[in-house]
Amino acid sequence: MSSSRRDVLDTSAAPSRPARRTAEFTPGLQLSGDHDLCPGCGEPIALRAILETLAELGLADAAIGVVGIGCYTALTSLIDVDLIQALHGRAPSVATGAKRMRPETLLFTLQGDGDMVNEGLQEVIHAAARGEKITCLLLNNGVFGETGGHMTATTVLGQRTKNTLEGRNADDHGHPIPIAELIARLGGTGYAARGSVHDVKSIATTRRYLRRAFEHQLRGEGFSFVEILTMCPTGWFVPTAEGPRYLEEVMGSVHVTGELKKPGR
Amino acid sequence: MEGSEAITEAALSAGCRFFAGYPMTPFTEVHEGFARRLPDVGGVCINAESELEAVGMAWGAAATGARAATGSTGQGLSLMQESLSEITRAELPLVVFNMARGQGDYFQATRGGGHGDYRHVVLAPIDAAEAAHLTQLAFHLADLWRHPVLIYGDYLLAHTSEAVEIVHRDFGPLPEKDWAVDGSLGGTGRSRNVNPIGMTKGSKGIDPAAFWDHLQQKTDRIEAAEARFETESCEDAELVVVAFGTLARFARYVVRELRAEDLPVGYFRPVSLWPYPKGALLEAARGCGGVACLEQNAGQMIDDVRLSLLGEAPVLPIGGISTDAAGFGVGPLLDAAVIRERVLGALREIRP
Repeated sequence: MSSSRRDVLDTSAAPSRPARRTAEFTPGLQLSGDHDLCPGCGEPIALRAILETLAELGLADAAIGVVGIGCYTALTSLIDVDLIQALHGRAPSVATGAKRMRPETLLFTLQGDGDMVNEGLQEVIHAAARGEKITCLLLNNGVFGETGGHMTATTVLGQRTKNTLEGRNADDHGHPIPIAELIARLGGTGYAARGSVHDVKSIATTRRYLRRAFEHQLRGEGFSFVEILTMCPTGWFVPTAEGPRYLEEVMGSVHVTGELKKPGR
Repeated sequence: MEGSEAITEAALSAGCRFFAGYPMTPFTEVHEGFARRLPDVGGVCINAESELEAVGMAWGAAATGARAATGSTGQGLSLMQESLSEITRAELPLVVFNMARGQGDYFQATRGGGHGDYRHVVLAPIDAAEAAHLTQLAFHLADLWRHPVLIYGDYLLAHTSEAVEIVHRDFGPLPEKDWAVDGSLGGTGRSRNVNPIGMTKGSKGIDPAAFWDHLQQKTDRIEAAEARFETESCEDAELVVVAFGTLARFARYVVRELRAEDLPVGYFRPVSLWPYPKGALLEAARGCGGVACLEQNAGQMIDDVRLSLLGEAPVLPIGGISTDAAGFGVGPLLDAAVIRERVLGALREIRP
């Protein structure tokens, strides 16, 4: 959208519908707010929370992100942070090598559920067990969004996907993996939390989790992890406006939000 | 010292400060050497949970500009191929060691063993001293071209003790690593994105055609510049014996022995398996009656020999599958008497 269209209102006649004022939500560490993700997608919201938290902590010029492959990858060339693009599933080990050579930087990974919990499950588990001083971030929408809505390891029972047309059932397709709970059990994990972006309150809470995870890494106290549940109405085959409700009620009842491990606990 | 120790000491002297690996015979001692020695120089060695993670860790370390390495045997390298393909496309300098179980990994090493359209440099040392030299050169070439370099060795190379002096070698100036990520450019609008898909910071989407063209042009330049070889007594040879790595050491010995008996045999060794020294082999074989290809596998390098000669001389395979009971590649072919008979057989075959 061009700025002239946004800033100049036509006042020569009464508007046909009430004028709405839109604010600029593009975070400072993003080069452009323009993107090609679907309407109702939760990933730009999660990304904004991540970038704003980095900026708040003064880490913009001291952070390296390692990103996997998913819908959000289309946004990464617009992120104004030093990045390494990893393979699907392999971000935690790439981040490990980078952190060991650049211990003074904040190292975070960005992966989706198909990336982290399907393709590269051992990577994040071993990074956590090693107590690697990195922060792994999971954008979990319970579906392979980029391929068009296929079952992942976090798809909840009953959820319809393109390869579970009648809904995921445990007999045929097994159970979803509660990844944050698994990671919280490991000795090397210092901080683990699961947040969401389905409403203002959940976004604010998620930002608090991100801040604690990054601060944990900066204190050098081991592995930290934040899972963020994100909407994918396209991949869930629900109307766009129903995404937040579906996330809260269907996904959120299986992947329960909250802090699962905190230092000293 | 053993070849494996020569390799680790040479790597340290070349400034390697990161290694990640996973144990596997006959590569294990290279890994042990890095684990023992890297902490002495302020480096890091990680015992990765699998080869997948080992190559990923090396990828991350290389992306920060550090001189980094990983390695395994061919089996472990199979697991790494997806990443090696991407690392090549991300234009990252990385040194990879294959202490192979024989020479059956020739195709894996030289054809771009993973998905996609790429090759990386492959150097095959003949002995421990050359392994040290080529290891140091590998780090230089990797930085010079921003491209992975693989050192192809085997059981005998890694485990034969020889007198080796590790001297620091300077191969010339290198470009600045201004592409390496250190976190410092965030928020400036000039932050970096080390990626294998042709993403440019600040613009949406990718331009795969332009990106792949750029990589192919670089690959062509490497191919033109980095072919290496060794040759002996080819000028008046009726038969030229081609071999690489450990087997070439036996071949060179046999050719010298036969020359001392006034038999018209020559010796040609590709030091770089990719790029293959095609022009040099064609030149060495000019006027000869045949080229004998000695390799310890079912016939892989022979494709490159034929592609080099383009029908200029008949090509005779005189190698073959040869292994010990453990499958580590120390088979009966690694015997000068056996090779001598095969070379003499090839000579009889081409003589009218």
